Amino acid sequence: MNVMAAQRWNFWGGIITALTLVWAILWAFPLYWGVISSLKPDDEVVRPYIELWPETPTLENYISALTTTQIGAWYVNSVAVAVGVTVITIFISMLCGYAISQLRFPGRIALWWLILASFMVPISALIINHFVLVANLGLINSWAGIMLPQLIHPVIIIVYKQFFDQVPKDFREAAVMDNASEFGILFKIYMPMNWGVTTALSIVCFIWTWNAFLWPFLSVTRTEMMTITVGITQVNDAFGVYYARQLSAAVLAGLPVALAYLFFQRRVTEAITLSAGIKG
Amino acid sequence: MLRNFRTERLVALVLVAPFMAIYLLTFVYPTVQMFRISFTDAPLIGAGRWVGLDNYLRLDNDPMFRRALWNTAYFVLMTVVPGTLIALLIALGVSRLKGRFQSIVLALFFLPYILPVSVVYLIWDWTLNFQFGIAMHVLDWLGIPRVPVFKSRVWFLPAVAGVTIWWTAGFSILLFLAGLRSIPAEIYEAAALDNSTRWTTFRRITWPLLWPITSLVFTIQLILQLKIFDQVYLFSIGGRPNDNMVLVYYVFQKAFQQNQGGRAAAVAVTLFVLVVVVSVLQFQLLRFAERRRR
Repeated sequence: MNVMAAQRWNFWGGIITALTLVWAILWAFPLYWGVISSLKPDDEVVRPYIELWPETPTLENYISALTTTQIGAWYVNSVAVAVGVTVITIFISMLCGYAISQLRFPGRIALWWLILASFMVPISALIINHFVLVANLGLINSWAGIMLPQLIHPVIIIVYKQFFDQVPKDFREAAVMDNASEFGILFKIYMPMNWGVTTALSIVCFIWTWNAFLWPFLSVTRTEMMTITVGITQVNDAFGVYYARQLSAAVLAGLPVALAYLFFQRRVTEAITLSAGIKG
Repeated sequence: MLRNFRTERLVALVLVAPFMAIYLLTFVYPTVQMFRISFTDAPLIGAGRWVGLDNYLRLDNDPMFRRALWNTAYFVLMTVVPGTLIALLIALGVSRLKGRFQSIVLALFFLPYILPVSVVYLIWDWTLNFQFGIAMHVLDWLGIPRVPVFKSRVWFLPAVAGVTIWWTAGFSILLFLAGLRSIPAEIYEAAALDNSTRWTTFRRITWPLLWPITSLVFTIQLILQLKIFDQVYLFSIGGRPNDNMVLVYYVFQKAFQQNQGGRAAAVAVTLFVLVVVVSVLQFQLLRFAERRRR
């Protein structure tokens, strides 16, 4: 490459990098703006000009959101549902993925195809019958009712199966020779080998469930049983036109998942890439 | 090697049983029921009379259903193609950066994807607020008259599509980045030795090698956006949901607000079939791309 070309290459490269940076800042700006607005007192929020920093930062909106709405109860509901769904989903998916990967049994191939095919099913088309089912079980307005239709994530089984497939067959054979029990093999050999995947999948499963809207919205009619993602949109009257208070509720609702992402950035991106069927 | 097949089968049954039980209960059974009640005049809860194809025939003359279908298609068009291209552009920019700096910039683009839809709604409802939104100050400054974005018939769906792209781009960016990383550096070095321009390099190397990822992102987006509900519902609060009707919203309205389970199920079946058809096409497309790569 001659010198001129190299210089041209670097010049445009610099421009592209600068544009990417500006774009990233503009992209994240609404998030910043939401957080900043939630820290302003009522009269500052509605000022007819742009103030990028609150003149008198205050937590009064947060205190007001926490004391005048049922946000505490919504938090408890969200945590209970998200943890419950994550634990159950990860557990049943791991068992199923292990069986398909390591054991030979009639119907194994059919089951695998069934799981692959379930990708196609649009869950949002099933809302009517999910509602009928959960209502018949008497689970409307309960944690179990919010959780039940969210327990099937075919993606998680597929990722587990792929990971178990990669474990050399010798491990299992050696363990069988040693008379280890089948459950012993799964829990003492295969599971510890795949802690990384389990952690990554658990974090994204938690995030997915925390963020779920349609089903928690339909299956709960009592305010105190709502999850936080639904709750903050359903009580507009309680806030009146107090935008800052509404935004502070939004910040409180988004905080756990945003923190989960920022702390486990690599794990989250890994699991999301895996779930799309690409090994990152 | 000797395997005890009977024990193995028994163990497999025990391991698969919890998943199968929940799968049958929350997947298979509701799907069968959806098809069944779509041929009846059942309310949301309770039995109905068999009416044959009546619910489906009614859809043909139902202006609201047509609007839902049309709006869904319009929304898909406005999110899928631009969303895929924007994500590709961002991924190309981010992939040039190195180390810590790259992960910070990626985080800025990715954060919206991690947030619940209701938080996204509140943030944008505030940003685009007609009276106090910061975007309106910018419009004033540019000398463009303010628009009540989410109360406007013309701007509603494009605005929700824009917010949706902002919200979901992170996922596509991640896939594109993984794809870009898998292109060997030597190919680019060879291109640089040949003095090929940035554009030629992109057109001849990056784009063709990235094609399988592009089609994957495209179809994932397509299926996702066909099922649009949350954003449309939320931004329609206090607005005009009937003008912004989309398919899932129509299922919701018929079943939960008008108590017509059977007719809602007919709409749901339509959506179901639509998504299955697109998924099968996607699967064929990916298989085709795979074969071409070999």
